[in-house]
Amino acid sequence: MADTGKTRDQKLVSALTDSLLAAIIAFALFSLVLGLRTVDGATGLTLEPRPGLLLTVVAIVFFGRLALNLFVWQTQYPLTTPFAKLFNIEPFDRRDLVTLGAALVFGAVWFATGLVLGEAVYELLGIVVLLFVGLGLLRRWLVQRFPNLPYTQIFIAGGIIFALFFPIVTYALESVFRFGMPLRYWFDLSILILTYVMLGWGLNIVVGLAGLLDLGYVAFYAVGAYTFALLATQFGLGFWVCLPIAGAAAALWGIILGFPVLRLRGDYLAIVTLAFGEIIRIVLLNWTEVTGGPNGVAGIPKPTFFGLPFSPFAEGMTFSKFFGIPYDGLHALIFLYYLILILALVTNAVTLRLRRLPVGRAWEAMREDQIACRSLGINTTLTKLSAFATGAMFGGLAGAFFATRQGFVSPESFTFIESAIILAIVVLGGMGSQLGVAIAAVVMVGGFEALRHTAGLQAIFGEEFDPALYRMLLFGIAMVGIMVWRPRGLVSARAPTISLGDADRISGDLVRQGRG
Amino acid sequence: MAYFLQQLINGVTLGSIYGLIAIGYTMVYGIIGMINFAHGDIFMVGAFIALIAFLALTAIGVTAIPLALLLVLIIAIGLTAVWGWTVERVAYRPLRESFRLAPLITAIGMSIVLQNFIQIAQGARVKPLQPVVTGGYELFQQGSFTVIVSNIQILIVVTTVLVMTGFWLLISRTALGRSQRACEQDRLMAALSGVDVDRTISLTFVLGAGLAAVAGLLYLLYYGVIDFFIGFVVGIKAFTAAVFGGIGSIPGAMLGGLIIGLIETFWSAYFSIEYKDVAAFSMLAIVLIFFPTGLLGRPEVEKV
Amino acid sequence: MSETGAKPWDHAPILLVEHLTMRFGGLTAVDDASFSVGGNDITALIGPNGAGKTTVFNCITGFYKPTEGMLTLNGSDGTPFYLERLTDHEINAHARVARTFQNIRLFPGMTVLENLMVAQHNVLSRASGFSFGAILGLGQFARAEHDALDFAKSWLDRIGLLSRADDAAGGLPYGDQRRLEIARAMCTRPRLLCLDEPAAGLNARESEALSALLKSIRDEDDTAIFLIEHDMGVVMRISDHVIVLDYGKKIADGTPDEVRSDPHVIAAYLGVSDEDAAALEGGP
Ligand SMILES: Nc1ncnc2c1ncn2[C@@H]1O[C@H](COP(=O)(O)OP(=O)(O)O)[C@@H](O)[C@H]1O
Ligand SMILES: [Mg+2]
Repeated sequence: MADTGKTRDQKLVSALTDSLLAAIIAFALFSLVLGLRTVDGATGLTLEPRPGLLLTVVAIVFFGRLALNLFVWQTQYPLTTPFAKLFNIEPFDRRDLVTLGAALVFGAVWFATGLVLGEAVYELLGIVVLLFVGLGLLRRWLVQRFPNLPYTQIFIAGGIIFALFFPIVTYALESVFRFGMPLRYWFDLSILILTYVMLGWGLNIVVGLAGLLDLGYVAFYAVGAYTFALLATQFGLGFWVCLPIAGAAAALWGIILGFPVLRLRGDYLAIVTLAFGEIIRIVLLNWTEVTGGPNGVAGIPKPTFFGLPFSPFAEGMTFSKFFGIPYDGLHALIFLYYLILILALVTNAVTLRLRRLPVGRAWEAMREDQIACRSLGINTTLTKLSAFATGAMFGGLAGAFFATRQGFVSPESFTFIESAIILAIVVLGGMGSQLGVAIAAVVMVGGFEALRHTAGLQAIFGEEFDPALYRMLLFGIAMVGIMVWRPRGLVSARAPTISLGDADRISGDLVRQGRG
Repeated sequence: MAYFLQQLINGVTLGSIYGLIAIGYTMVYGIIGMINFAHGDIFMVGAFIALIAFLALTAIGVTAIPLALLLVLIIAIGLTAVWGWTVERVAYRPLRESFRLAPLITAIGMSIVLQNFIQIAQGARVKPLQPVVTGGYELFQQGSFTVIVSNIQILIVVTTVLVMTGFWLLISRTALGRSQRACEQDRLMAALSGVDVDRTISLTFVLGAGLAAVAGLLYLLYYGVIDFFIGFVVGIKAFTAAVFGGIGSIPGAMLGGLIIGLIETFWSAYFSIEYKDVAAFSMLAIVLIFFPTGLLGRPEVEKV
Repeated sequence: MSETGAKPWDHAPILLVEHLTMRFGGLTAVDDASFSVGGNDITALIGPNGAGKTTVFNCITGFYKPTEGMLTLNGSDGTPFYLERLTDHEINAHARVARTFQNIRLFPGMTVLENLMVAQHNVLSRASGFSFGAILGLGQFARAEHDALDFAKSWLDRIGLLSRADDAAGGLPYGDQRRLEIARAMCTRPRLLCLDEPAAGLNARESEALSALLKSIRDEDDTAIFLIEHDMGVVMRISDHVIVLDYGKKIADGTPDEVRSDPHVIAAYLGVSDEDAAALEGGP
């Protein structure tokens, strides 16, 4: 929108008018809901005016919009250009380099501030800026220098190697040097991320490959978790017995729920799957005799290392006694880490294999054009069911893992918001792309988690400030922002499943998203 | 019989509220073919605006209930409409020509944003309001059971009927309605024949949000308590109502709202209150299996 | 036009359409049409726009359930398939009828080769033990896939797209997409191939090549062709048998020469487009 026809003054005036309008709208939006706060008084609710807050927000909108107008939208040299150029091969000019340099300095300053204050949010912000610009420059330089390296494969291999060695290496380092790394926290977080990677990959089969919009995926996660929990606590079955049963139960539910709804198309399918997700949660909540109702099922046994419990006290053989090492609570955690890593990698391997089998091609063909599929003799109902059941099975396996990790399941863990997060990971990652889903899971779950450490923000905004609330708010804003920025997700190109020569990846613009 | 009649009255009241919200879903779906997932939360924001406006009016001394309610209604419709407009402008318009899933994800994102924004701005505690409209009529008595229709129920049904009539006139008699129908059928053709598509879509969101604000006010008055989470459950049920009636069809949304309200009320009354949502959602699945495009939706033969 | 005397296509018809009627609400798109499609023929279905031709195809291939009428497809061993009782995918899988679409329906985000592999889904799926076998690494699938790949390559060669096998189908030029859609249908190894306006949008040279391709399919692949076409040049040049629909009714049925001189047909076409009528009268 660089309008060369306008003089400077005209631009300034139009920028000011636009910003003023935005400020007025912001005032209308926030006047009541932000400017007045309902508080419990002696005689019911009373109002507490917060004019300062309201004015601050309106001012932020005004000046933010003004800055955008002046430096991005209504100028011949938008400040965003150099950042966009990071991802293509247009040559940089002096101004670009100055801007990028400034961004690097900015990131470094924020990062340093974070270090000094011991404040993860600042560090994180700094890291994000540094990584974005730094890695962008590095990538650009590499691609220009060595255009033919298989970057994606290198990246994937690097990721997998990192995931394989991360716990052992950090644990070994910590045992020897005692850096005081918060390993328990890191492992917990990685386990959480890997769980979402696995769930994302499972849902990716349904949404990304088969093009069926499922808003109730969490139902299968719940079925797996409860199946596992009940089998383990009521019948005393071991982990390795319960795990496949949980997966099978979820797959069965996938078929049971899938059967009636798969005749529906598109958004009808979406809403019915959402309804089914809610139905399952409500049943879990109210069928107290079996599921324990709101209290859930507790006392789910932790997994054992092929029969050897991780315990300092247990009678008989334990993991630490068997290997003759001192007991450490981290052992169990590391075991859980590898367990979910293996489950996730199996999910990935099976998915990649299925993509190259007739059924996988049929899923993708169905996403591209269902009518054409049927004209080629493909039974789309069965194909949809197979996608639903396969996706559900992985959801169930992840659920079983969740149950054993937590030692406790309750309906609270299986709300719609979980389905929404998993779906967001799939869509933001780039539908159908295993790599994109993994990156999105790391970014969303990791970023979400990083926002937990906001003691410093509390120092600024006061003790009442509850970062957990802002996390969800920022999560929602990120969902909207990333989608508007990249509607096709982070990795949108599609890799062919069979080729005669070296096939290129197919541009995301040609790949369809399915109509259910 | 008396019990049945009482439930019928309650069900119609509830159904009116669902119907008002369902229209917002159905209009947006009709015109741009997306589920406006954040609409339930727009309803919730509307309820909060109504609550705060009512408290504010009381605080500045507007104590005549009818006047206060009228003002609250106007304020709520006006400000909620701005919310509806903003959501469309920020989260949906940039993705208008994009892939089908993108706006659905931004809609879910917006729903999360609205819920958490209200939670932060107004607190997570439930917000009770002293009964504003009280009293009612005893219709008749059977045994120990008295059938009562309360004033608030009358107010809700009458308001709904008035608002829907006005709304119906608006979209069937004015240029706006014509533009909407033109955009529904073929947006490109509509644009070529001079319809301002962006404006029509914006107005659709504004209208939907306005109706949701009415529903929010009525909900607040009826139940006397709201919180930041009501948008989710009520929203899903209203969407169910819209689908039930045949999404895209405005009379269908009203009918669907009534049916969902009745199912929910009767299920709670005769079976179990815990499973009332299960009943509503199961009905949705059952109906869709037999009428894949809802009750009043146009039957859709896939053109090959 | 005379209905007397048995025509060659009546002797060994692959498809027998009897009293086919299709109504959409008040609109009768196909009105009591009866005809047969010969087993070794190229049969053309022509008629003005909106005459109901595509609807006939949709009834034959199971995308619409006919309001009335019987559609009998004679199987290779003589067993009849009653198409009106089968669903769309069964018609392809069992009765071996394949089709293309008036608005091309490829899988645009998949490669040319993948499109042809998807078409061999049923064969491959069986060989893969419905995926369970192949995932466990059981043999036979590799072989079957190899064969399928060879078959696909032979078709790519025939339509001149071998060099573009790894490109996205959605990125091909229009004419290539049309041919690819035909090859994809042929990869289901059909006995009857229904083509909905295959020459639409092609230039003269491409139409020429298409005619040759269709003839080779009839002669070499033992597949009967039933096509809807507006390009009278193509129709008159390659068809053995022409059926004319107007307002859902069959108004003529015979050899190209018979149809060309049929007054009903001329009247119907004159009402629509001078160009096509001239083509009918003058011939190619
Ligand atoms: N699914 C449908 N629903 C309603 N009307 C249809 C449908 N399919 C076709 N028609 C109508 O049937 C008539 C014949 O259409 P069609 O078979 O496509 O004609 P042709 O292929 O000969 O041009 C047209 O008037 C068309 O609008
Ligand atoms: Mg046609």
